[in-house]
Amino acid sequence: MGGQGRPGAGTLAVGVGAAVARDASGRRPDWNSRLTHGILLAAVLVLAFPLYYAFVISTQSLSEVSSLPPRLLPSTSMIQNYAEAWQRAQMGRMLVNSAVMALGIAVGKIVISLLSAFAIVYFNFRGKQVVFWMIFVTLMLPVPVRIVSTFQVISVLGWVDTYWGLTVPLMASATGTFLFRQFFQTLPDSLAEAAQLDGAGPMRFLWSFVLPLSRANIAALFVILFVYGWNEYLWPLLITNRPEMRTAVIGIEALVPRSGSQLPEWNVIMAAATMVLLPPVAIIVFMQRWFVKGLVETEK
Amino acid sequence: MKRTVFRNRWLPYLLVAPQVAITLVFFFWPAFDSLRLSLYRSSPFGDKLIWVGLANFQRLFGDRAYLRSAVTTFIFSFLVTFAGMGVALLLAALANAKIRGLGVYRTLLLWPYGIAPAIAGIIWLFIFHPSYGILPYVLSFVTAYQFNWFLKGWVALLLITVAAIWKQFGYNLAFYLAGLQAIPDSVLEAASVDGAGPVRRFFSMTFPLLSPVTFFLFTLNMTFAFFETFGLVHSVTQGGPGDATTILVYKAWKDGFEGLQIGISAAQSVVLMVIVILLTAFQFRYAEKKVVY
Repeated sequence: MGGQGRPGAGTLAVGVGAAVARDASGRRPDWNSRLTHGILLAAVLVLAFPLYYAFVISTQSLSEVSSLPPRLLPSTSMIQNYAEAWQRAQMGRMLVNSAVMALGIAVGKIVISLLSAFAIVYFNFRGKQVVFWMIFVTLMLPVPVRIVSTFQVISVLGWVDTYWGLTVPLMASATGTFLFRQFFQTLPDSLAEAAQLDGAGPMRFLWSFVLPLSRANIAALFVILFVYGWNEYLWPLLITNRPEMRTAVIGIEALVPRSGSQLPEWNVIMAAATMVLLPPVAIIVFMQRWFVKGLVETEK
Repeated sequence: MKRTVFRNRWLPYLLVAPQVAITLVFFFWPAFDSLRLSLYRSSPFGDKLIWVGLANFQRLFGDRAYLRSAVTTFIFSFLVTFAGMGVALLLAALANAKIRGLGVYRTLLLWPYGIAPAIAGIIWLFIFHPSYGILPYVLSFVTAYQFNWFLKGWVALLLITVAAIWKQFGYNLAFYLAGLQAIPDSVLEAASVDGAGPVRRFFSMTFPLLSPVTFFLFTLNMTFAFFETFGLVHSVTQGGPGDATTILVYKAWKDGFEGLQIGISAAQSVVLMVIVILLTAFQFRYAEKKVVY
C-alpha cells in the first residue's frame, strides 16, 4: 500500500508507527515541531468546542441558557436536565431501540456477509458471477434512492413499526462481503488443503480456521456498522410511526422548539443530545484501532 | 482465484441465500418499483396510478424549485467537500514536522465521526441561534448584520455546511496527516536541494504525492454530503427558510411523504440513482488506478 512511498488511504495506520520510530532518534524539539503541535492542538480544541459547549448548556438552568452573554462554564442543573430529558422523550425506550438497531445491523451484516463471502471464495457454483454482481449493484442503491417504494415494500411485509423492519433490510450490503472476500483471498491455499487432509468439511473449516483468523476484520466492521446503525436517520424515519418505536437520533428532533410559544429548553435538548451521541463516540474512542482499520478497509 | 475449493451441491447456495434474499426484497424490488412508479402519477384521490410516461421527468426538469434544489445540493456538497478538505490539507501541510504522539492526536481528531449528522446539526443550531447562540452574540460586536438563519437562507445553508464540515473535518485532517507522514524525507529534501521554495515544493511534490488520499477523501466527502446529510436538514432547518436548504434527498422525501406525490418522488429517486452510479464509477476508476501504483 504505502510500500513504494506513495501514500494511499491505508497509510493512516502505518504512518503512526513510522513517525514514532523516526522521532525516537533523539532530535531535540525545534520550532518546526512546536508549530506543528500548536496547529494540531488548536485544531483539536476548535473541534472539541461545540461538544464542550453542548455539555455546558446541558448543565445550566433555563434562565442561564437564555441569558446573554452566553455562559461558558458548567452550572448546577445537570441532574435535573438529564432526568427531564430522560422522561420527556421516552429516552430509555429510544436508546433501547437504537441499541437494537445498531447491534442488529452490525451482527446481522457481519454474519450474512461472512457467509456469502465464504461461499464466493471457497466454492465454485453455477450463478456465482450473478450473485457477485447483484451484491455489487447494491452499492448503487442507498436508502435515499428507494424512498417511496421502500415504505411500500415494508408495509406489504407488515414490518412497519417492528424491530424486523429496523434491522433486517439494512443487513445486506456490498462493503462487508467485499471486505471478507478480499481477506479470504489473502489466506494461503495450504490452509484449506490442510483442513481437507484432516477431513474437515467446509463448515468445520469456516468455524475453526477462517473465523479465528477473521477476528480483526470482524472487530473493524463491527465498529463501523454500529456507528452507522446508531446514526441512521432516514430509514427509521420512513418505517416507524409509533413514538415507542422511534430511535434516539430521530426522537430528539421532536424536542427542538419550532415556534416562539414553546419554552427554549436548550438545556434539556443538549442533555438528550449528549446521551444520544455518547455510545457511538465511546465505541470509536475505545475501539480506535479497529475503527481506523474499518474506515480504511470498507471504503476501498 | 483459489486453487482449493470445497465441493458441495447445495451448501454454497445456502450460504449466499440470506444475502441474496435481502438484496432482492429490499434493494432490487424497491429500486425497480422506483423506476416503475417514476412513470406514473397518482390520481387526485390517491386511489389509483395513471400512466404518464416520462412526464414526471419533464415536469421535474422544468420545475424551478427542483432546479434550485439541485443547485443548493451542489453548492452544499462542494463547500463541504472542498472547504473541509482544503483547510484540512492546509493545516496538515503546515504541521510538517515528524509528529510525536500522532496516535493521541488521531483519537482527538476522529471522535466527531461518531456523531450523527442530525445531532451535530442540533448542536450547531444552538450555536447559531439568533436569540441565545454564541456565534451571533460574538458577531454582534463586529457588525450590525443580523445573522438570523430563521430568516436568511444563506445563513441557514452556512449553518448546515458548518455542521457537516465539523463532523468530517477531523477525519480529513487525520488522513492527510498520515499521508504526509508517510512521504519519505528524502523525497522532499531532494526537492529543496533543487532550490524549490516551500510553496513550490508543496505544489510540485507533496500535493501530487498525496493524490490518492485526496481522491479517497473526495469521493467519501461527496457521498457523505449528497446522501448522508438528510438527518441534518430534517432535524435542523427542515429545508427552510423557504427552500434555501432543501437538498435533493430531502426534497425527494418531502414530495413523497408530505406531498404524497408518489410519481414525482420516484422520479427524483431515479435521478439520485444516476448520481450514485456516477460517483461509484468515479470511485472505481480511482480504485483501479491504485492497483497500478
